[in-house]
Amino acid sequence: MIQNKTLGGRIFAMVNTVLLILMGLLCLLPVLHVFALSLSSSNAVSAGSVLFWPVQFTLSSYEFAMKDPQFLRSFLISIVRVALGVSVNVIMTVITAYPLSRNGRRLHGRNLYIGYFFLTMLIGGGMIPTYLVVANTGLLDSIWALIIPGALPVYYMIIMMNFMRGIPPELEESAMIDGAGPLQILFRVWLPVLKPSVATVTLFCIVGHWNDWFGGLLYMNKTSNYPLQTYLQSLLTNFDALLKQNSLNYVELIKRMNVRTGRAAQVFLAAIPLLAIYPFLQKYFTKGLTLGSVKG
Amino acid sequence: MKSKSNKTAPAGAKFTWKKFRDSREWQLHLILLPAVVVVFIYSYIPLYGIVIAFQKFAPATGFSSPWTGLANFEFLFRQPNFVRTIGNTLYIAVFKLVLTQIVSIVFALMLNEVRCSALKRSVQTVAYIPNFLSWVVLSGMLIDILATDGLLNQITGFFGADPISFLGNPKVFPWTMIISDIWKNFGYGAIIYLAALTSVDPGLYEAAALDGANRFKQIWHVTLPAIAPTIILMSLLSLGSLLNAGFEQIYNLYSPAVYQTGDIIDTYMYRLGMIEAQYSFGTAVGLFKSVISCILISVSYWAADKFAGYRIL
Repeated sequence: MIQNKTLGGRIFAMVNTVLLILMGLLCLLPVLHVFALSLSSSNAVSAGSVLFWPVQFTLSSYEFAMKDPQFLRSFLISIVRVALGVSVNVIMTVITAYPLSRNGRRLHGRNLYIGYFFLTMLIGGGMIPTYLVVANTGLLDSIWALIIPGALPVYYMIIMMNFMRGIPPELEESAMIDGAGPLQILFRVWLPVLKPSVATVTLFCIVGHWNDWFGGLLYMNKTSNYPLQTYLQSLLTNFDALLKQNSLNYVELIKRMNVRTGRAAQVFLAAIPLLAIYPFLQKYFTKGLTLGSVKG
Repeated sequence: MKSKSNKTAPAGAKFTWKKFRDSREWQLHLILLPAVVVVFIYSYIPLYGIVIAFQKFAPATGFSSPWTGLANFEFLFRQPNFVRTIGNTLYIAVFKLVLTQIVSIVFALMLNEVRCSALKRSVQTVAYIPNFLSWVVLSGMLIDILATDGLLNQITGFFGADPISFLGNPKVFPWTMIISDIWKNFGYGAIIYLAALTSVDPGLYEAAALDGANRFKQIWHVTLPAIAPTIILMSLLSLGSLLNAGFEQIYNLYSPAVYQTGDIIDTYMYRLGMIEAQYSFGTAVGLFKSVISCILISVSYWAADKFAGYRIL
């Protein structure tokens, strides 16, 4: 592209840069503000003097979060859930996409299978019938309620399938001549080629499982079984109750914090894992979005 | 699914058990089994469970409760609280879809004009932040920032404006939802346009510049036509979410004070179906929504194939 050396071109570039920086700040500053709140004392926050830098620095709000046994338990539940859920998602995605990526001669009924899975993207039973089925299969208040019903992410499976169909057939033909069966081809020949797309699906599933709060709300009756995001959700409106409940236990701590700083700290702790991994996700974004767009 | 593999299956390749065994095809069917079973139990049985929308559900009888025909739907459509959710849903969803799309395109075009790649990359990275945070986390932030004594009112107050109750005023609430949703999604939404922009032939810009086109004219006559297919495709595909006004966002930010303008089909369904445990009514609401959504999604896939050459399968 030709760099405009004219005055108009320079003004354009400058205005454009300033506007872009403003848009970037618009996304960054709210997060910074909440971070600053979480590290400030309740007095400074009530006085409205905290903008994007902590005032009267204190870690009380984080200490309070760490002393809340349910917060820690929920954090742990979320970690276990991500580990289990993502493993199940990735295994199911690969072993389901692989047969479906073969043509109709190698897998009889291929189109029937694809229709069977694709239909669930168009229509579902909805929240309540699904809830009733989960309840009747005895999964309520079990971590499996958050993993098994969504074990196969159909959209990612289709993306993976389209990717597999793009692998040159020569790759497996030579293996077949050597007598390899379909499973050997998958695990010995294809998996190494699939690494980038497996990584993409893994990362998107991590984000999905970590961020999901509604599953916990729906399927967990006891608060003690809530994953972190669900627990935080329950605190959005009830944080002052939690403070009051603990007002005698941590008198000194609570003097230096209030609802706003306490909630800010918990919200920030829940955001940290994703803020830490999403920069590494970046190079996969485009892939995840465009892999599916194989033209027929 | 039109791409049936007639070419690859030669005539006369008949199915025989011997071939089935020798080619180890059964292994493929075997590894499909877990997915088939899970999808059957947790997608197809609930699909059958929709029958309770036409029944008077009782826990003891489950999906075979006594039939009531369309009584549940008649009841629903006589509820003004339900009928208003349809209008609210469409209002919020349409503005979200259209405006997010526009802001994403403009953002992508602006980024595309930046020469300094360090600046480009840092603005991009920062703009993706809200997309990766859950609505619970974002709500925790927004409840604080948008409070009457929060950051935003502090800033507008500095310029002499009266404090606005962004989350408590029914007139303002839908736009709080629309704008905060754009804020969450525009950076991520720009990715697909940035990908499309990389394939624009630089020679076209040189030619346009030689013809005396300034930067705006270059954008209008070269860049926009180049990404027009992507714009059309994304618009068509977004048709399928016309009834998704954003349950996760609104559920975490609304309150009875703003039900009048902020209650949407999904939040109404959740309150009626799960909190009040009116399973049959809740399912009826869900069915009403999923029938319309299913038509919209099918139309959008069909149109995306016909007009933009896009096929998911």
